[in-house]
Amino acid sequence: MTTLPLQDDAATDVRPRKISRKATGADAVFVHSSRLVGATVLVITGGVGIFLGWQAFPTLRHYGFAFFTEESWQPEADVVGIAAALVGTFSVALVAMSIAFPLSLLTALYISEYAPAKMKAFLVSMVDLMAAVPSIIWGLWGFGLIMPHAARFALWLQQNLGWIPVFQVDADPDAAVWDASRYTASAFCAGIAVAMMVLPMSCAVMRQVFSQTPPGEKEAALALGATRWGMIRSVVLPFGRGGIIGGTMLGMGRALGETIAVLLIISPAFEVKGRILEIGTNTISALIAGRFGDASATQLSALLAAGFVLFIITLIVNTIAAVIVNRSRSGAETDA
Amino acid sequence: MTVAPETGSTTVGTTHLPRYDDDAPPPVPRSSLGRPTADERFVQIGTWVSGFGLAWLLTQRLLPLGGLPWFLVAWFACTLLVTTVTSGMSGGLVEVRDRIAANVITVGALVVGAVLVSAIVFVALRGWRPLMHLNFFVDDMAGVGPKDPFDRGGIAHAVIGSLLQIAIAIAITLPLGIGTAVFMSEVGGRFARIVRTVVEAMTALPSIVAGLFIYTVFIVALGYPRSGLAAALAIGVMMLPIIARAADVVLRVVPGGLREASLALGASRWKTVWHVVLPTARPGLATACILGIARGIGETSPVLLTSGNAQFFVTNPTDGVMNSLPLFIYSTVRSGEPNAIARAYAAASVLLAVVLILFVTARLVARPKRAKNRRGGRPSPAVDVVHADPLVGMGQVQPSDRTEENS
Repeated sequence: MTTLPLQDDAATDVRPRKISRKATGADAVFVHSSRLVGATVLVITGGVGIFLGWQAFPTLRHYGFAFFTEESWQPEADVVGIAAALVGTFSVALVAMSIAFPLSLLTALYISEYAPAKMKAFLVSMVDLMAAVPSIIWGLWGFGLIMPHAARFALWLQQNLGWIPVFQVDADPDAAVWDASRYTASAFCAGIAVAMMVLPMSCAVMRQVFSQTPPGEKEAALALGATRWGMIRSVVLPFGRGGIIGGTMLGMGRALGETIAVLLIISPAFEVKGRILEIGTNTISALIAGRFGDASATQLSALLAAGFVLFIITLIVNTIAAVIVNRSRSGAETDA
Repeated sequence: MTVAPETGSTTVGTTHLPRYDDDAPPPVPRSSLGRPTADERFVQIGTWVSGFGLAWLLTQRLLPLGGLPWFLVAWFACTLLVTTVTSGMSGGLVEVRDRIAANVITVGALVVGAVLVSAIVFVALRGWRPLMHLNFFVDDMAGVGPKDPFDRGGIAHAVIGSLLQIAIAIAITLPLGIGTAVFMSEVGGRFARIVRTVVEAMTALPSIVAGLFIYTVFIVALGYPRSGLAAALAIGVMMLPIIARAADVVLRVVPGGLREASLALGASRWKTVWHVVLPTARPGLATACILGIARGIGETSPVLLTSGNAQFFVTNPTDGVMNSLPLFIYSTVRSGEPNAIARAYAAASVLLAVVLILFVTARLVARPKRAKNRRGGRPSPAVDVVHADPLVGMGQVQPSDRTEENS
């Protein structure tokens, strides 16, 4: 027998349950405590950025725009500038990228298109392992293994391409006994070590984007009779263009801030120098690492200003890279 | 098989059986699709061999280009030349391009592999002699000069220093980093977006600047001495945005359906996070943390500015200077003494081994369990090293992409 629920006519005033998105009880504790953690992290990380800017401000006001154009770093004479270090930072990063870009592109293409299917996972973890190798190891590698060969290669470049201003060296290329020390410890040598550090990173981004190429379009190209290279050139590379550019710029962002490998290899020099093969250069991070120890208060704030400039440059490069990579991914839904 | 009916024939619709020619040669078995045939493989290998021969002739007999590097370059160039000729003989320009591209791409990948192997082998070769002595792992460098033989002194103090510093840094950054990631991905809101923007921006902070920040605030302004604690704080400042961002990427991969199912069953948000989201993301979070540790333990520049350089055991991180592995390597390799340099390379091998162990652990933890997945267990979001790297892990990571790559 079924009993119907009794309708209580007296209670006509039934209101719907109040729905609220406001957290109660344990949820309130959770939401507020996690918000507190977020605020803490915001204060810490944001504090670093604000502190750097705040410390950099008096230096920039004191030296004005000359801070960016002055070559020498002589706090005793109140002459401080980062022009040399800024140019050095970019020349090391550019050398690094011109080595890392082709190699990472080729490696990414090999892993995504040519490698046997069984090897793929292994190769991917090898690239990841390369990214996990500490920078000091790459510094040792560049310093001990590569620098003698790089010096010889620099000599060859000077002999054969010396008419290009970048490859000039202030030494006699045809001397009976070549002066090896003029060719070592240069931006070129440091750039090689830094290249190996940034290579796995840009390679990983490129491979990631290549692996998202719509398989339908790849198979269509092959079915129309394209060779593998034809398929890569007409489908994979155009699709992955954003990833190639973005990955390269991400690598550039890291190359700009690299310290210890550069510090180990270069010999510091305070002049604006385009001759990348010649001994002596400087980068902002190497400047900080080399000068912090005997720094007075004003000098320290000048170093912080230099660090702030480096941070801003890296931030801009990374942001542009992120925008480019994200935009390239938004096209990933064009699957056939 | 259709046969045209003969005109004028009365027997419409007779079946004609095909006649087999018993004297015909046996059919050639079709080679599997996509594999190079024996011909092609012979041409490929022959090309490399003839390139080798030509390069030998060029560099050793004809041109004054001594040395292994020139030989390798000549080998590569000659191989490309021979490839052009051989593929031009059988096909057109399209085929020539295809073969050359294949060769160039393979060689490029080989170069990168050779670089990685050469770095590991080089460090191990330069540093194997101190590693043969047990005291290298249990002693400190107190009273040991740079010229002393390898049976005196060791790097135990640097190992202990590294472990202590990374432990403190982890104790600070792990709760904060994962808490922030939970806040950013589970609570959300306008404030969370601000936090995410700032955290993403701060991953661009060069490590040396993080060290300089702690040096200025903690040591110069507050007047504390250089110590392991300062170094740990510097590493922490560097790692905090990295771990927060990596954990955020991992948590975003957790399927939204799981969250909704949990909430629909009546669980509170806190219960959902604690019992559903975090356990699902556990392998990914572990990977992110291990990779953060690997990054932190190998980073030299913040430590260089903040920790000082002790030659003896220091177990109290607040008590004055302290050494660590990267700092030991950096300060020893510049001394110029052969024995000291060998010690530095030995310490570098130890550091490399530590990173390698962490890396393999991360791989094992992140490995998706296939058998479980097939029975409908929840898929574990596996994370690549480089994608746990916040600088690379840009944007939304698609879960489907993950499983396809790691299986």
